[in-house]
Amino acid sequence: MNEAAIYHYLLRLADTSLTQSQRLAEWCGHGPFLEEDIALTNVALDLLGHAKMLYEQAAEISEQQLSADDLAFLRDVSEFKNPLLTELPRGNFAFTILKQYFVDQFHVLLYSALRHSMYAPLAHIAEKALKEVNYHLERSHGWCLRLSLSTEQAKMKIQEALDDLYFYTPELFESDAYLDDLQAQQIIPDLTQLQADWQQSVDVLLAECQLNVPKKGWLATGGLRGEHSEHLGYMLAEMQFLQRAYPGCQW
Amino acid sequence: MKLYEVFIRAKSGLNHRHVGSLHAADSHMALQNARDVYTRREEGVSIWVVEASAISASNPEQAESWFDPAIDKVYRHPTFYPLDKEVDNM
Amino acid sequence: MYSQGLKDAEGGQEPAGLLKAFQARIDKEEKIEPRDWMPEAYRQTLIRQMSQHAHSEIVGQLPEGNWITRAPTLKRKMILLAKVQDEAGHGLYIYSATETLGITRTKMTEQLLSGEAKYSSIFNYPTPSWADMGAIGWLVDGAAIMNQVPLCRASYGPYARAMVRICKEESFHQRQGYDIMTSLARGSAAQKKMAQDALNRFWWPALMMFGPSDKDSTHSAQSMKWKIKRFSNDELRQKFIDATVPQAEHLGLTIPDEDLKWNEDTGHYDFGDIDWQEFINVIKGYGPCNKERLRARQNAHDDGAWVREAAEVYQQKKAQL
Repeated sequence: MNEAAIYHYLLRLADTSLTQSQRLAEWCGHGPFLEEDIALTNVALDLLGHAKMLYEQAAEISEQQLSADDLAFLRDVSEFKNPLLTELPRGNFAFTILKQYFVDQFHVLLYSALRHSMYAPLAHIAEKALKEVNYHLERSHGWCLRLSLSTEQAKMKIQEALDDLYFYTPELFESDAYLDDLQAQQIIPDLTQLQADWQQSVDVLLAECQLNVPKKGWLATGGLRGEHSEHLGYMLAEMQFLQRAYPGCQW
Repeated sequence: MKLYEVFIRAKSGLNHRHVGSLHAADSHMALQNARDVYTRREEGVSIWVVEASAISASNPEQAESWFDPAIDKVYRHPTFYPLDKEVDNM
Repeated sequence: MYSQGLKDAEGGQEPAGLLKAFQARIDKEEKIEPRDWMPEAYRQTLIRQMSQHAHSEIVGQLPEGNWITRAPTLKRKMILLAKVQDEAGHGLYIYSATETLGITRTKMTEQLLSGEAKYSSIFNYPTPSWADMGAIGWLVDGAAIMNQVPLCRASYGPYARAMVRICKEESFHQRQGYDIMTSLARGSAAQKKMAQDALNRFWWPALMMFGPSDKDSTHSAQSMKWKIKRFSNDELRQKFIDATVPQAEHLGLTIPDEDLKWNEDTGHYDFGDIDWQEFINVIKGYGPCNKERLRARQNAHDDGAWVREAAEVYQQKKAQL
């Protein structure tokens, strides 16, 4: 078993969920109405839980005997492996919801497949996470429809969000040498197939929403190589401040 | 946004109980919001939401004529029928 | 605690017979339910008290929500997120209970944003330090629990039931706050200093949460008669101090009150004078964060208008099909 590859992939997934959660958490106290405030923080909490499970598994197999907190709070931007999509600022509600939908659809397909991973700890985590991401998808899917098929103003905002986000999504399915190896060993599913399945569901939804799919944009890439947008640095500065300012403390 | 009343069945075998209310645009949203607000600590296996306007309620001012007669219909209560000790577990 | 700024509600010309029967029900510890007859003053007082309680929970999300993105560990982050989410949920339970009295959520939101309705004074103080998360959980939730447990036996059914639900969840809040303080107090010198500093800043505002002495308040007396207030402000404040001082001592932290002293005769702690002028200023809107808190709530409300509208229009369109 290629431990280095597994370690790399666990961090890829953990960083994705952590950064996604971090942006959602920014909505706390600022949601469009009370019930939705609670719902968004609920999703943030679930994703944080997934991140924690993934970091803990990575920590267990890490060569330097790191802890989950070490991985989350002491790695710099160039060591983070999330796709650029999840580090983008939270934006308005339409931006948040559409981004969430893209990630939820990805997670549902991914975790469904990962339940059958040849790497048991990952299969175990996927089994737990799937229940929650199914619910997340139901929610974000519903909101995409609500925003697209109601008022002109809402339609405009979600169209704008689609224009901004669409070309960040292919990166979710990007592969590298490590991930190629994991696919070959059936530890992770075929990413090309995953992408096709994802695209199929997304196409159906976007059509139902009567949104215009943008034709051209910059295809985001770099997360797997630790090459990020400017946004991640600010996010980590905020998130990691205490651990950096007071190194070696118990909290 | 409409007002919805929320009823939760905490565990199978129990009735749905009224736990409170919330606001939502439709029943779908109401169900999801109810799940997020009222079952955060695994307190539910089933949720009902009902638009508050759809609920009919008895009038508290008529309580006497509606509910009091049973007080003297004592023979409806099981304790009215004293049983021999041997079969008193009924 | 949530009756700050309340004046005596205007009484209607209600028949003495009905008032007497109502009081008799209260005296027998019967619960008053939404469509039961109740004096107008009872209804209005409850609406004010309960809505202010709900507003407090919602505004309370802000000083703590401030630290979610900066919590120092994954576990602390999760716990804080869960806690703040709980507060929002509590707000919802109480708004929902208040609506049974004939006021809408929209109206209550208007009252909060206009400044007509108050919320607990404590949330007008800033949380510049992580240790404030500990202090708030320990002291502010601690004070809230003192107030909320007796309210589980409030005379108004929906309020009492909401309180029961809330109390079940609240003790986790206080314990996580004290747990944070414990980690800090037993940590590095810098962490201990952080904890002491937070205690120094939140102690007096926490005591002010209970409100001024209500020895001379007719309003309090009426609320006690109607069992929507079960203990006096002074009683609750004393109880809080007596419980909390040993907790501070246990952590090696010093309560910022030179006059704090155990009184063997009374069996309680004597404590220093509270600066009620500060309290009055904060309630009137002149505290460190009043403007900021309301502005945040106003912005959320304004920014969310198009979302709420979209949800309603979507439902209307679907219903027409």
